[in-house]
Amino acid sequence: MSDLVNPVEQFLRSDRMPHIWCPGCGIGTTVNCFAQALIESKVDLESLAVVSGIGCTGRVAGYVKLDSFHTTHGRAIPFATGLKLANPKLNVVVYSGDGDLSAIGGNHLIHAARRNIDLKVICVNNLIYAMTGGQTAPTTPDHAITSTNPYGVFEPSFNLPHLVEAAGAVYVARWTTFHVRQLARSISEAFKKKGFSFIEVISPCPTLYQRRNKLGDGLDTMKYYKEKSKTRHGAPTSEVGLTMTGEIIVGKFVDRDRPDYQTMMRGQMTESLGDKFAEQAEMVCS
Amino acid sequence: MKADPRGVLTGTHFMDGDHACCEGALAAGARFAAGYPITPSTEVVERFASRIPTVGGTFIQMEDELAASITLQGAVWGGAKAFTVTSGPGFSLMMEHIGYAAMTETPCVFVDVQRGGPSTGLPTLPAQADMMQARWGSHGDYEIIALCPNSPQECFDLTIKAFNLAEEFRVPVMFMMDEVVGHMTEKVVIPPADQIEVVPRKHTHKSVSEYLPYGTNGDMVPEIAHAGEGYKFHVTGLTHDERGYPNMTPQVQDKLVRRLQNKIRSAADRIALFEEEQTEGADVVVVSYGITSRVAQRAIGLARERGLRIGKLRLITAWPFPEKKIAELAACVKAFVVPELNLGQMVREVERAAAGKARTFAVSHAGGGVHKPEEILKVIVEASR
Repeated sequence: MSDLVNPVEQFLRSDRMPHIWCPGCGIGTTVNCFAQALIESKVDLESLAVVSGIGCTGRVAGYVKLDSFHTTHGRAIPFATGLKLANPKLNVVVYSGDGDLSAIGGNHLIHAARRNIDLKVICVNNLIYAMTGGQTAPTTPDHAITSTNPYGVFEPSFNLPHLVEAAGAVYVARWTTFHVRQLARSISEAFKKKGFSFIEVISPCPTLYQRRNKLGDGLDTMKYYKEKSKTRHGAPTSEVGLTMTGEIIVGKFVDRDRPDYQTMMRGQMTESLGDKFAEQAEMVCS
Repeated sequence: MKADPRGVLTGTHFMDGDHACCEGALAAGARFAAGYPITPSTEVVERFASRIPTVGGTFIQMEDELAASITLQGAVWGGAKAFTVTSGPGFSLMMEHIGYAAMTETPCVFVDVQRGGPSTGLPTLPAQADMMQARWGSHGDYEIIALCPNSPQECFDLTIKAFNLAEEFRVPVMFMMDEVVGHMTEKVVIPPADQIEVVPRKHTHKSVSEYLPYGTNGDMVPEIAHAGEGYKFHVTGLTHDERGYPNMTPQVQDKLVRRLQNKIRSAADRIALFEEEQTEGADVVVVSYGITSRVAQRAIGLARERGLRIGKLRLITAWPFPEKKIAELAACVKAFVVPELNLGQMVREVERAAAGKARTFAVSHAGGGVHKPEEILKVIVEASR
């Protein structure tokens, strides 16, 4: 048995295990899918960087055996933007949570999509602020109980696929942590896209979201995902908003092409400056 | 190593401080800037946006200063020398990322062209009231370096110095201009590239298996690797060990935070630059920096005409504060006079370093203009008694 090695282990910093995630949490499942996608898509691991923000999902950067950056709360996308622009050869993945990306980092999310920066964003959406103890997020569904809305959430939530499509993303998909094969496939597809890709993964937080809302444990949530998810590729993103116990529309919603930021910059500079435009040299300054 | 000639605009120019700062950054090897428009600093990045496509590099205008101040750090870890430019309100928004740069030891430069505050304050008028913010603005214990130019020529020369110090110590360097210096136009001489010394990144030569991202050998400054080179390293703003892994114990915190402080403090004498004139035998020394040093020069001249023995100490490095120099002078002089465009910031440092051995007189100004030389003269006369 000793020669049996988990195929995803090569992507993990095993010297950092055990991880901090709770039993039943879905983040580890998404990392497994991410690793499967790396195997399937044969991405060059040396030129792959993972950038995370703050929160439970923000810890992903610390566990993957890749060049990895655990940045400040909400700012994974602008950090990743600088990294990508300085070294366009890098494949840059932003791996963070719903609160980090869409609340404190919401402005950067829409502007990166607008610019069509070549980033692959994996947004693990557990519908709550988990690291800090279960506060309301911009994604928390109506009527849910949280520690900061103890009588129920009444403010409308973000429909993230709709938001990023409107802002300009070229690839938008949503799965749950029940859809492990589909998720891995979507991540592989995103690696083939040039431009701003956004994959939302609905994921349980049994410790805070499910428990407070009497939605059962991790297994109950898998059953819910299985029963209530409906795959609708190409669904209009305006129709994929989430409720607490209703249907979850999953699938690939957007797959389109438009020039990414660096292609547009090169085109504009060449048009305006002609031969004087100095194509960005290798920036490594040592 | 010598500057890359592609970024060096050799010649004699008539140029304002903001533009000279941009030319200094290009000469120092900066090939990436992220910015957000804010008066009176925007001219620095406007010039960079115009110059960089023909030099080879990138300027990106971000959605806010929060973004600009971390985008540049992503670029540094991608291999670039990078900076951002702002003024008071934007500088306030950048504080968290100054802390991130200090904690992750990301070499970079933050330019602050100071205007009157607090809040929106005086967008087009000068102040020197961000000096303590530059030192203490982010939470937690850390050290930074801050330089204060007093002319367009120094905006060029010291911007190169700022990048060099950032690379040598792997620390964010604050370049503390003020509105007058930024908008003042004077002669700026840019030497040939082969006469400009540039400090290269302290890049590791170790093998992947030997490399410890935050391991140090005596000099307290770790060697850096860039993304995409195969090192598969981790960077975090959490308290971390030599591997760069989070380790939130008091022991690791103590070791890390003390090293971040000591790598600068132990080199403070070397980093502390100042201009000293006739301090020997002086009764009073006027301590000033930035645009105020040029007004103070006139006041010192007027005082000397009256037969007073007045020395001058112009701070070029504000942080780490040259406390040793002040302590030496305090043993010999009656008093220090400290004019500045704020209600008393660096004067507190002078007073602390003088440790009661000499008196300290502030000449405060709320900003929006500069002192009248006579206002400084009056305090010099009083201090000389």
